[in-house]
Amino acid sequence: MENLIGLALNSVFVGNILLSYFLGMCSFLAVSRNLATAAGLGVAVVFVMALTTPVNWLIYHGLLAPGALAWAGLPGANLSFLKLIVFIAQIAAIVQAIEMVIDRYSPALYTALGVYLPLITVNCAILGASLFMVERNYSFAETLVYGTGSGVGWCLAIVAMAAIQKKLRYALVPRGLQGFGISMITTGLIAIGFMLFAGISL
Amino acid sequence: MTTAAARPWAAVRRTAAYKEIVKALWRANPISKQILGICSSLAVTVQLETALVMSLALTGVTAGSSLAVSLLRKAIPRNIRIIVQVAVIATLVILADELLKAFLFDVSKQLSVFVGLIITNCIVLGRSEAYALNHPPGQAFLDGLANGVGYSSVLLGVAFFRELLGSGKLFGATVIPEAFYRAGYVNNGLLVLAPGAFIMIGLFVWLEHTLLERK
Repeated sequence: MENLIGLALNSVFVGNILLSYFLGMCSFLAVSRNLATAAGLGVAVVFVMALTTPVNWLIYHGLLAPGALAWAGLPGANLSFLKLIVFIAQIAAIVQAIEMVIDRYSPALYTALGVYLPLITVNCAILGASLFMVERNYSFAETLVYGTGSGVGWCLAIVAMAAIQKKLRYALVPRGLQGFGISMITTGLIAIGFMLFAGISL
Repeated sequence: MTTAAARPWAAVRRTAAYKEIVKALWRANPISKQILGICSSLAVTVQLETALVMSLALTGVTAGSSLAVSLLRKAIPRNIRIIVQVAVIATLVILADELLKAFLFDVSKQLSVFVGLIITNCIVLGRSEAYALNHPPGQAFLDGLANGVGYSSVLLGVAFFRELLGSGKLFGATVIPEAFYRAGYVNNGLLVLAPGAFIMIGLFVWLEHTLLERK
């Protein structure tokens, strides 16, 4: 249990998937101009990541991992090289399915999240979380915690960025640094802030 | 003598291929655009060696996918073109990943998941969607190659400063003389950590904008 709490804290702060692994930068920079849209996309990412990472765990350990096909009489089969293409297809499929379910049962949520869902398929943070899950040999419970934690970390980072961008409009930024340059440096400073949690251990 | 040497060069300059390469490398290559494409690759810029291997993999995949998509361009139905392109790119990335595992195992361990993440790299798909789908294979290949070299230049630039200032080394060999350390020089530990990459890119963009404005 302590291990899981530690993993959750780590995936949200110190090992933040955006700020220390640079994943999901494209949508992070594109959507952080407005606080409300940033929060919308953030919530959508938490949702999708909490769902796709465990499903990818099941697929990987049920079908692709070395020896996973033993139940089908193929104990020597190793399909792990297929993980990239299977994961990306699975993410696209889940995003599509979520979109349809939300559209059917919660039109209000659909109008709020709808435009972001297709964007999420190409968000490298989602695929990244699934690949890290394989690389670090997480158990199923750890994967659940890690997927959700990474999503929450990404959401926190984009909301913080959007809030700072709002203040930044009134700041005097040197001309050459305006726009992309100052966004990168601000992200760097947020990353330093998140790194300070490194001292906490459970 | 200079005119004789310049003449073949002038002929080269007029070719379509040359123009494409110049466009991809210089005129249409702001750092900000390239970095958006390769965001996730920033994680491998702590050392020049990993950055170089990553650059080669990225350039190979971009050039290869542009070539393959261009060869298939008349056979791909319009409606499902995105998924065909993703499949082509994913196949090439898997090939690159397996090749690295076979021949450069240590580096591939350090690159970990980031080679796989080339699939979600927006610019690889962007090039094949925007250029390769309606240009002949030769030109598409050059365009992919030149764009790959374009990102690689940014990636290697960041890696150069991070390794030099962060750990005093280049390609793993110490280059800052021992005397500097005795005189009180200290490696900047911040550059080895993730925030260093963000700040480095910010400074690069600042320099680029300032230089372009002066022109």
